[in-house]
Amino acid sequence: MPSNTVNKHAELTEALKQRILILDGAMGTMIQEHKLEEQDYRGERFKDWHVLIKGNNDLLSLTQPKIIADIHRGFLNAGADIVETNTFNSTTISMEDYDMASISREVNLESAKLARSICDEFTAKNPEKPRYVAGVLGPTSKTCSISPDVNDPGYRNVTFDKLVTAYVESTLALMEGGADLILIETIFDTLNAKAASFAVEEAFEQAGRKLPVMISGTITDASGRTLSGQTTEAFYNSIRHIKPISIGLNCALGPDLLRQYVEELSRVCETFVSVHPNAGLPNEFGEYDLEAPEMAEEIIDWGKSGFINIVGGCCGTTPAHIKAFAKGLEAVKPRQLPELEVRMRLSGLEACNLN
Amino acid sequence: MTQQIAVFTNVGERTNVTGSAMFKRLIMEEDYETALNVAREQVENGAQVIDINMDEAMLDSKAAMVKFLNLIASEPDISKVPIMVDSSKWEVIEAGLKCIQGKAIVNSISLKEGEEPFIRQAKIIKRFGAAAVVMAFDTDGQADTADRKYEICERSYRILVDEIGFPPEDIIFDPNIFAVATGIEEHDNYAVEFIEGTRRIKQNLPHCKVSGGVSNVSFSFRGNNPVREAIHSVFLYHAIKAGMDMGIVNAGQLAVYDDIPEELRKAVEDVILNTDSGAGERLVELAPKFSGMAQAERVEDLEWRTWPVEKRLEHALVKGITEYIDEDTEECRAGADKPIHVIEGPLMDGMNVVGDLFGAGKMFLPQVVKSARVMKRAVAYLDPFIEAEKEEGATNGKVVMATVKGDVHDIGKNIVGVVLQCNNYEVIDLGVMVPAEKILQTAIDEKADIIGLSGLITPSLDEMVHVAKEMTRRGFELPLLIGGATTSKAHTAVKIEPQYDKGVVYVNNASRAVGVVSNLLSKELKPAFLEKTKAEYVKVREQQARKKPRSKPVTIQRARDNAAQLDWDTYTPPVPKKLGVTEFKDVSIATLRKYIDWTPYFMTWSIAGKYPRIMTDEVVGEQAQSLFKDANEMLDELEQSGTLQPLGVIGLFPANRVGDDIEIYTDETRSELLTTSCHLRQQTEKTDFANYCLADYIAPKGTPDYFGAFAVTGGLEEDDLAEAFDAKQDDYNKIMVKAVADRLAEAFAEYLHEQVRKEYWGFAPDENLSNDELIRENYQGIRPAPGYPACPEHTEKKKIWQLLDTEKRIGMQLTSSYAMWPGAAVSGWYFSHPEAKYYAVAAVQKDQVEDYAKRTNMTLEEAERWLSPNLGYEPE
Repeated sequence: MPSNTVNKHAELTEALKQRILILDGAMGTMIQEHKLEEQDYRGERFKDWHVLIKGNNDLLSLTQPKIIADIHRGFLNAGADIVETNTFNSTTISMEDYDMASISREVNLESAKLARSICDEFTAKNPEKPRYVAGVLGPTSKTCSISPDVNDPGYRNVTFDKLVTAYVESTLALMEGGADLILIETIFDTLNAKAASFAVEEAFEQAGRKLPVMISGTITDASGRTLSGQTTEAFYNSIRHIKPISIGLNCALGPDLLRQYVEELSRVCETFVSVHPNAGLPNEFGEYDLEAPEMAEEIIDWGKSGFINIVGGCCGTTPAHIKAFAKGLEAVKPRQLPELEVRMRLSGLEACNLN
Repeated sequence: MTQQIAVFTNVGERTNVTGSAMFKRLIMEEDYETALNVAREQVENGAQVIDINMDEAMLDSKAAMVKFLNLIASEPDISKVPIMVDSSKWEVIEAGLKCIQGKAIVNSISLKEGEEPFIRQAKIIKRFGAAAVVMAFDTDGQADTADRKYEICERSYRILVDEIGFPPEDIIFDPNIFAVATGIEEHDNYAVEFIEGTRRIKQNLPHCKVSGGVSNVSFSFRGNNPVREAIHSVFLYHAIKAGMDMGIVNAGQLAVYDDIPEELRKAVEDVILNTDSGAGERLVELAPKFSGMAQAERVEDLEWRTWPVEKRLEHALVKGITEYIDEDTEECRAGADKPIHVIEGPLMDGMNVVGDLFGAGKMFLPQVVKSARVMKRAVAYLDPFIEAEKEEGATNGKVVMATVKGDVHDIGKNIVGVVLQCNNYEVIDLGVMVPAEKILQTAIDEKADIIGLSGLITPSLDEMVHVAKEMTRRGFELPLLIGGATTSKAHTAVKIEPQYDKGVVYVNNASRAVGVVSNLLSKELKPAFLEKTKAEYVKVREQQARKKPRSKPVTIQRARDNAAQLDWDTYTPPVPKKLGVTEFKDVSIATLRKYIDWTPYFMTWSIAGKYPRIMTDEVVGEQAQSLFKDANEMLDELEQSGTLQPLGVIGLFPANRVGDDIEIYTDETRSELLTTSCHLRQQTEKTDFANYCLADYIAPKGTPDYFGAFAVTGGLEEDDLAEAFDAKQDDYNKIMVKAVADRLAEAFAEYLHEQVRKEYWGFAPDENLSNDELIRENYQGIRPAPGYPACPEHTEKKKIWQLLDTEKRIGMQLTSSYAMWPGAAVSGWYFSHPEAKYYAVAAVQKDQVEDYAKRTNMTLEEAERWLSPNLGYEPE
């Protein structure tokens, strides 16, 4: 396997130097379109489950695999190079919300297998355009550096060690299921992401092979900081030690508001840059209504400005969006990697780069 | 300078419990709110990184670190800067890293325990993505020369960068900043060595950084901030030029290099660059001129004599000044109705101030002892007047204190006595080797309120049990205090307290004595205090009973089957160059003082820390320097006057092992026994090691081997000298002379052992070790002492006395408990085998004790009594 691993990393790196790779769009909002009900989520296997499980989208990989497979196919048809597994909430910590921590591993494994088989289907049809499976590690429903109780700022509802344990299990299952790379995404608390990257390295060590890692943080509001208070560069300094293949931003903001932070990231970071923004901000009905042509206009401009290497969509983006990105970026050159000066790059909430 | 400061990163140092007394208090009191303010102010004052350290023995450091870091995470004003997690405990560092979302710095790792832990820790740090401070420290100690500093840093760098792929830009070397101008010649070049070391590190090790604790360098000038700031500034000026990038420094207190007055700058520069041997002295002389504080104090010096007499007495007591005490006391007496009122009024008021300052940690034990000296002088002056009026002073209470029968050690007891006197308790000190009968009779005759017992050697523990039993038999009602080096809460709870139910309290150190005594003498507080103590001891007993032996006992036969197997076929034991007994009666103090291990000396004075580091410690450094100076003055005095003569005797004999015994013969024919030295074997289950016994290090019959013994004392005059100081009411020097004699005895043992290795036995003629290496026992062979862990049974000393004719030759004696007189004494055995090492016999079982009793001609009961601290079973 190690040689295969090296090939995957080299292959991706080579591709990223040649062109902008396209990531898929939103899973969650695509599932919403199906207007599934409680019994659809339960399927045969969980029909007697003791808590309500509607909304446990990741479980659909087990109970409605056809729906998930179709969503993957939709994005691949639209031109996506990389497909994300349906595992955003599959860690034991998030699954605990449905009392399903015990099937966490299975959900990760099956979701990865599912995405793998669909990607292989497409690669077989068109070997010129190999498709990749990104095993997704979501942020979990808990925050490691923020207290859930305003009156007790020293309190935490999850520990670093607990997160590591959960993420190691998920990562190993994703690898076993055939993921080509690991994507740690929607990071709103960098300490959670550090636990995830710590766990990923642990899992690599246990598995005896390494995959490329993508990291994607989330700027939560117009202050330009993550939920846990870090600036883009501070965030970058905090996680660059795991030498990811790409670092990027996703979710929360639409492309217009995100632009300046993408630009900053593209300037400060020596890895490839990824972005997958929302289709605008949610409207008063909670829907994302930025249409594909409008959104593509902004995205294509980022490409032309040399900000990005990987682009896709988050909440509200559909195959139509992805198709528009893919088409518009076909002839656009990817961002070139800058050579950064070797410096000690520390961070608190802000970056502190020493000479 | 401005530009240099700009490229220099300063690390805030105030959120460190080892460096800031205030921060420590806040954390100990769990006032995290205010502690956060300390962190915030640092950031506001320009700290670019904040160092956080929770290393305090009384603190759950890990929990405190986690709590404080979690709180900081909620304070954007603080957490905007990177954090330096600072601890000597790896688990604290790891716990800290798990609470920090940013890229942090670990302070610190080093090669001090070898490569394995260094590599393991560095790998974990790398996985957390943190940078690391790497100390110039290896298994030989902290680097003090430029060569060693560079050599260790280069080795660390190669391991980190080449072996484990640690990013070189994430390495910060700390090549150790030590104090200069301490008056000790070896320290003079410390700044130069740092600067030179830094230059080489920066030139040869790409991308790394150099940092250090800047305030260490000016430590000798504590209290003189203008001069300290100038020193920091000049030091940084040169260190930054050499490549120093960052430092732990108080950014608000840094003089601007160009603003330093020319005269001062020149003097400081000479010290930093060590231009000549007089530089330090010149700066010391010049320093007061530039110290705002020192000038104020000089004015005060003249001024305090103009204060009202009560204030003058207080000042004299707090500062320990005896110069004017007679005249001030007289002035007070003349104005008082009765002479006793002087004691009860102004003198006691002054001592209360001392007591408060001591209680608050603002005065140290040696200072308190000096205060007591002033107090005693004043009382001595008043005595004749009081006697004339035949009145008795009102004291807080009366305490009878004694070192128990068989034991001669009294330094600790004397310190407790002084501290109690400072708090206006009357102390009747019966001295050393006091039989139970005398202690109890004195308590009755003097109508004492409390009895206090002290002891240092293990047999004293039994004697204390005996005193407690006697108190019950004779119907005593007084509380009993237990203290001394071998005593413990566990022993007090398990063995002593059950024998006497009117109150037994273990006092673990001198500063606790006052609190315990005042509780016991207060009618209101006493019942609750005794009840609480009793309950605590019940708990200790339960814990002790539950405590399972850490490893399983084995039969003595199995232990012997697993003896250390030394290869006697290929190894020839060295033959001593001079067999028989040799006396050493004229080794001078000048020779011995070079061999002194100073660390225990500071422990005697309740000041913790390793020498020489302790001399520059932020908290106790000043006290340590003053104690060090006083000890050296005492040594000078003793050396010149010849009033204390260290004495020693050694003997080397043909010997062979027989079982767990060592037979010692008159001559090479090995036909006539001088005596048999009996030893004990470890008796717990060992998987990776042998069950050690000292006898294993001697060859069995058939291979000629040898064995040695020694006894040394700091000098027979010790007690007389101490008494002379006592007569002058000088407790400080009374304790000092004993502490110094103690050090001389230990130094003598070290010196003789070296003589034996190099000449008398002569198996290491070319050995050439520094004192530091001697202290760390980097030599062939050992010298275990009866009563200590490898040979815990005290009566074996009588064989040393018999072999060496110790008492006749050098006057040292053994008491009924086999304590040595004088107290400053060491005796033990010499083993030459290269594999000989120290270990602890620990628990022994009945089968071995029965066998040992037979070998030593004791009854089982006697053997069990002498081995009671080691018994792994309940004797019948």
